[in-house]
Amino acid sequence: MRFVIRAPIAFVRLAYQSVYLALGQIWANKTRSILTTIGIVIGVASVTAVIASLTGLKAKVLTQVKTLGTNSIFISARRPDKGPLQHASWWTIRFTSEQFNGLLEHCPSVARFGRQTWVGRYTVSHRDKSVDGVTVRGVEPECHKIDSRPVTIGRPLSVIDEMQVRQVCLIEPKLRNDLRLDRDCIGQSILISHNTFYIAGVLEPRPENVFGGGDQERSEIFIPFKTSLKMQRYPYIMALAESKSAEVSDDALAEISFFLRRTRNIKPGEPDTFEVMSLQNALEAFNKIALYTTMVAGGIVGISLLVGGVGIMNIMLVSVSERTREIGLRKAVGAKKSAILTQFLIEAIVLCFFGGLVGVGFGHLLTKALASILKSVLDLAYIPLWAIGLSFAFAGTVGIFFGMFPAIKAARLDPIEALRHE
Amino acid sequence: MMSVTQTMSNKNEKLIIRLQNVMRIYKVGVERIHALDGIDLELRENDYVAVMGPSGSGKSTLMNVLGCLDRATSGCYELDGEDTTKMTDAALARVRNERIGFVFQSFELLGQLSALKNVEMPLIYSKNGWWTRRKRAKNVLERVGLGDRIKHKPNQLSGGEKQRVAIARALVCNPSILLADEPTGNLDSKTSVGILELFDQLHQEGQTIIIVTHEDFVAHHAKRIIHMKDGHICSDLLNDRDPRDKTVTQDNEEEKA
Repeated sequence: MRFVIRAPIAFVRLAYQSVYLALGQIWANKTRSILTTIGIVIGVASVTAVIASLTGLKAKVLTQVKTLGTNSIFISARRPDKGPLQHASWWTIRFTSEQFNGLLEHCPSVARFGRQTWVGRYTVSHRDKSVDGVTVRGVEPECHKIDSRPVTIGRPLSVIDEMQVRQVCLIEPKLRNDLRLDRDCIGQSILISHNTFYIAGVLEPRPENVFGGGDQERSEIFIPFKTSLKMQRYPYIMALAESKSAEVSDDALAEISFFLRRTRNIKPGEPDTFEVMSLQNALEAFNKIALYTTMVAGGIVGISLLVGGVGIMNIMLVSVSERTREIGLRKAVGAKKSAILTQFLIEAIVLCFFGGLVGVGFGHLLTKALASILKSVLDLAYIPLWAIGLSFAFAGTVGIFFGMFPAIKAARLDPIEALRHE
Repeated sequence: MMSVTQTMSNKNEKLIIRLQNVMRIYKVGVERIHALDGIDLELRENDYVAVMGPSGSGKSTLMNVLGCLDRATSGCYELDGEDTTKMTDAALARVRNERIGFVFQSFELLGQLSALKNVEMPLIYSKNGWWTRRKRAKNVLERVGLGDRIKHKPNQLSGGEKQRVAIARALVCNPSILLADEPTGNLDSKTSVGILELFDQLHQEGQTIIIVTHEDFVAHHAKRIIHMKDGHICSDLLNDRDPRDKTVTQDNEEEKA
């Protein structure tokens, strides 16, 4: 019973003794302590900066993907990886407009669906102004809803435009400005190549994008799907779909695949000649890649933390042999083994934690610096809490692990042997 | 041989140390060196003992065993009635802290700490000295005559002052015995006199003191002189019967006869 009361008291006494002595020791050898921690500081700073950058990159990509709508599904023709159609021309495996007929009725998990075609790059002109290389796409009205690009002025493309194969189009504000059109340019005509189109609406500008399609310099024009078919002899048809919810996204993929295999007459056992990809899938894949990248990069940079740890061990070992007489004296005046052990251990841990703290600070500055250089990509970069926790845990572990060996060595010293040490 | 005279003036004082047939054997390769070869010794409160002998006689080993820095290979060492030979390392550390004050020949002060902090050090490791350590260290420093130099670091102190700091450190925990291993070995004779006067003063205040020395004038201050040779105690006499080294051998021969 007395032990139960005494043990915590003894522990507390040991704790404040050791902290007092360890801090005193660190303070007495300021230069050495700072040099020791530099390894840890650099390690923690680089780990946190790398994690912060990758987290920022990931967050950026995710927010941009979200603007596309996470339930979106992309359908396009693709050569199979094996089989007789491996080297087929794209014309053989192209989609025809009819192959999608009835897709909505057969795929209960699909909420919306629209065909799309890439018409090509054209010169667009209005009076004496002209802009080269404008991408023209033919879209069905549903595509807009899936793409979630609202119309700011005028109206979106409608089913009637489609049925009557009207020569109307949606343009982006940049193109309007380049062609010196009025701000409210609805109803005005422009020439796409040599065809006259009337402007039905102006779209919101495309959000800046890190991956693909983010070509800010090039404008896009959207025209009705059927109109676009008229403009080209060999149309390349794709389709956009949207699942009813993120949960049934996989069902929607399977239903679409099944439906398309039947309309395209693919026999059982033969590979798909098309690709159905959901943004959800792509997101998951991306998340996985981002995680691996973070882990690998973090691991590589983590080696520098390990090097910092070895540095700490080295310094502690040196200080054990340097201070052998002191340890002997301390034992001679009544320091217990545990007191010496904890003193050295706490010294190492405090150094590591201090290094960790300064390291996180430097990591923060480094992240800020990187973000200001690569503004468009890394503006969302921040040090996540778990990274701070991780680097502190790592620094602490390094301190305990590499501090343990010298501490044990110091505590084991025989007082008279240690006092005789020169 | 062991005609040890227990003709102590303070025989009725409390017994502090009792050694019974204490052996300390070092193994060097296959050879066994008997540094202490059957020591019997009793020390009472307020004894003032000088241990003399040629180098290699085992006096330093005896000091280390008495100071619990080293363990006897066999035999029994009772300090304040407790057998220390069977104590754990932790218990021995506490004994060193609370009951023993050790003064080294080379002072063993920590260079980066002030005199006050050096004296405080044993209290840091003591059970209840933590909160009062500054006050107690100051008092002891005043007692050894260094009240005005508490903030100085060892390299700003003279040899005599350093040894006074070391003595203050040894005394700060109110030890039962004060052990001094050649305390004047690194000092000139003038400074040595000052240190020895300090020991005399401490003795008058009731401190039990053991000094290891090979200088006669140092031993002369003690009340009792023990001569050692080859790990044995060869004479143990009161100072008034042992005025000079020459007569000791005569004394021994007389006793043998």
